Amino acid sequence: MRRRTLLASTALLPFGARVVSAAPPPEQITPALIEAAKKEGKVSYYTAMDLSVAEPMAKAFEAKYPGIAVRVERSGAERVFQRIGMEYQSKIYNCDVANSSDAAHFLPWKRQGWLAPFVTVDIAENVAPDQRDADGTYVNQRTHLSAIAYNTSLVKPEDAPKGFVDLLDPKYAGKMVKGHPGYSGTIMTATQQIVRELGWGYFEKLAKQKVLQVQSATEPPKKIEAGERAIAVDGSDYLFWMAKERGSPIQVVHAVEGTPMISNPMAVFKAAPNPNAARLLVAWIMSPEGQQFIVDLSGQYPANKLVKAKVGRPALASIKTFPEDAAAVEKQADEIKARYAKIFKV
Amino acid sequence: MTRSLDLSRPVLIAVAALLAVMIVLPVGWLVVYSLSDKDGSATLGNFATLFTDPTFVDPLVTTLIIAVSVSLLCCAIAAPLGWLVARTDMPFAGSVRTLVMASLVTPPFVGAIAWEMLAAPNSGLLNQLWRAISGMPADEALLDIYSLEGLIFVIACYTFPYVFILVANALDRMPGELEDASSMLGAKTWDTARRITVPLALPTLLAGALVAFLQALNLFGSPAILAIPAGFHTLTTRIWSLFQFPPKPELAAAASLPLLLLTVLLLRAQAMALGRRGYAVLGSKYGEPRLIRLGALKWPAAGLALLVLAMPLFLPYAALFNSAFSRVASRIISFETATLHNFRFTFLELSSTMPALKNTFLLAVSSATVGALLALLIAYIVARKAVAGHRVLGFLATAPLAIPGIVLGVGLFLAYTRPPLTLYGTLWILLIAFVTIELPAAYQQLSSAFHAVHPELEEAGRMLGATRLRTLADITAPLLRSAVIATWCFIFVAVIRELSAAVILFTSDTKVLSVLIFDLKESGDVGAIAVLSLTMVAITTVVVAAANRLGGTRTAGRLHARAVG
Repeated sequence: MRRRTLLASTALLPFGARVVSAAPPPEQITPALIEAAKKEGKVSYYTAMDLSVAEPMAKAFEAKYPGIAVRVERSGAERVFQRIGMEYQSKIYNCDVANSSDAAHFLPWKRQGWLAPFVTVDIAENVAPDQRDADGTYVNQRTHLSAIAYNTSLVKPEDAPKGFVDLLDPKYAGKMVKGHPGYSGTIMTATQQIVRELGWGYFEKLAKQKVLQVQSATEPPKKIEAGERAIAVDGSDYLFWMAKERGSPIQVVHAVEGTPMISNPMAVFKAAPNPNAARLLVAWIMSPEGQQFIVDLSGQYPANKLVKAKVGRPALASIKTFPEDAAAVEKQADEIKARYAKIFKV
Repeated sequence: MTRSLDLSRPVLIAVAALLAVMIVLPVGWLVVYSLSDKDGSATLGNFATLFTDPTFVDPLVTTLIIAVSVSLLCCAIAAPLGWLVARTDMPFAGSVRTLVMASLVTPPFVGAIAWEMLAAPNSGLLNQLWRAISGMPADEALLDIYSLEGLIFVIACYTFPYVFILVANALDRMPGELEDASSMLGAKTWDTARRITVPLALPTLLAGALVAFLQALNLFGSPAILAIPAGFHTLTTRIWSLFQFPPKPELAAAASLPLLLLTVLLLRAQAMALGRRGYAVLGSKYGEPRLIRLGALKWPAAGLALLVLAMPLFLPYAALFNSAFSRVASRIISFETATLHNFRFTFLELSSTMPALKNTFLLAVSSATVGALLALLIAYIVARKAVAGHRVLGFLATAPLAIPGIVLGVGLFLAYTRPPLTLYGTLWILLIAFVTIELPAAYQQLSSAFHAVHPELEEAGRMLGATRLRTLADITAPLLRSAVIATWCFIFVAVIRELSAAVILFTSDTKVLSVLIFDLKESGDVGAIAVLSLTMVAITTVVVAAANRLGGTRTAGRLHARAVG
């Protein structure tokens, strides 16, 4: 109830003034918030980020705020969406903070009134307006790409594909691995973009190439690192880079047609069992410190303008990307899942 | 008798009501849902979809092909191996028998993951080895686990032990006199085997074939891990996919019913095949069967047995150990490259590990305790015919055998996500699922234990003047103690490896180890999977060994072949 009055008053505030906004006034990390969060002692973080990044990030937060245990619930974004939906239907409110690689998820969540508006000064001042909800219910945490990549010990650079259409070449048949849009938000978002740019006909041809079908966008990087397949049709680009930086023979390809771009919004749930710890976690992740941690470890593109992208990675502006359209993904998601399953048989 | 009857009446009603909640309610909702459309009005549309839409028909056909092939393959392996172990002087026969049973501790989905490490076409360790030996080019493969054949092979690896136990036990109990008579009448060793041993063992083998068929029909984990990358569905993975967003519980319920019906039919067939199995072999009045001398074939036979054991045991565990200590699962570790990274990650970073271990352990102990006590109570009432209507209890306790794990999961989900009993999201729903799934086997073990002591020993006790109570205390109870402990162990092991119902029923707060492993599989974190799988098997082994010491009996020998998801 009190939140409602807060919402009503925020329209007058300067930070929300660009559009007519229900966003609450931006908050700082105050000792009172930390104290209240520590009293709760735990926070659940539902995410689609690879565990090799999400768990260390959780540990860094725990080190910064001792006494608050983060439980990372990682799954594919589409799975996360389904789990939260099923839990809410049964009135089970486990989720404190959700972070999805399918930005479309935040639209129904917000419409159903499940999200608690929360804005920090970092979010209000250092995150571009198109990277956050005008009403303050969600904010982009980081951006990554769904890139093509190949194992250089299995494919010579001169034989490597340059883009999506190249992958239809019969010489790549049986050599590719790909994630599933019914599981992964990265792949769902990417599939919507590829269908828009190249049409379903592209996937119908690709399906004839004997593609190894895995679930998560985090798995193609692991499959080509292991040498199980030579080429990844898609996958979270930061994991390709991380494997390459560890010395694995991997090369990332930014397709000539364009590379799907994926934002990763994050929100606090209204029914969060640990609302203060949830706010503290979001505030920290969006702070320069949290953003720097993600960049240093994984090289994903930060949402906070104060933090620079990782040295050695191509600048986002230098890559030809497909524009992201969350509203279209929301409308087409069921059709994409059904049609994809029909084409690829799983 | 009349006194116990009075006391038993409320017990009977309570137990029957409990079983109804566990079985009738979920199956009832399943039927209701399968006959409803999205808005809840009656329709047969779901079944029309089921039998016309190729995305359902194809998995149905695939599943039948898999089940038949697995069944044949299991018999082809288990029958000769069972005969070698039970009836010949093959060296290490005892160890082979123990190891085949030990391989049952491996959850089938862990086996599938391990075989993926071994026989993935490019990165599989066996394929790499073969390339190194034979010089086969890099993009060709000796083995491809992502195929129908690969899936059939892996399912058979973890199904043939059930057939093996049935066959070996039947051969153990076969009267030696018949074979002696045959050889005294001048038949050669091999003739005796062909004319006496094989025909006597045939009903058991048939029953074993049905067990393997049911197992393959209802298995979820291995197909989910191997079939989907290969680009096809089985019926169980298809049912599970209907629970993904947007969930279609009506279709899932409809798709569950063919599995249910087929299982019921096959169980009837199995009962007919096994029905009169016991007539000549009960009691221990017959002589020990004679062991056939293999002569020069002794060592080749042992070699063959070890080769068979390599498939479910040696090779998969070698692969799991390798990837537990390796940064990339496809690389064979050496002392320089071995790393504890995966152990650090699993136990220090992965925040789901400890909650999942705790939930799993709690559920395994409570399901085993509740399940063993419930089965004991029902077995007692039925065996002593303590109350009128005891047959109903026996039937209800056996009925879940006909419900595949994933189907029960769907049914429980439909039944308990609504008032009055909203159990979804709690450990209770998982407890109900696990007890229900394991009850038939537990009940069968304990009721056969009751029957085993009833006819001769107990009556002897009474004839010698002991009261019924005295007989129970002095004769029945000590004999049952080891059976109860064996049953407890059986349920404990089965719960730890259960995936198919858990994968439908878990929530983030009630995640169990098997579901965590499955989750990790979907993101390709094989290092952590290897560590968790080895942990899981280690816990199981320690608990079973401890319980065996407590019971002073060979528990594994009591494991009854049964169908589990």
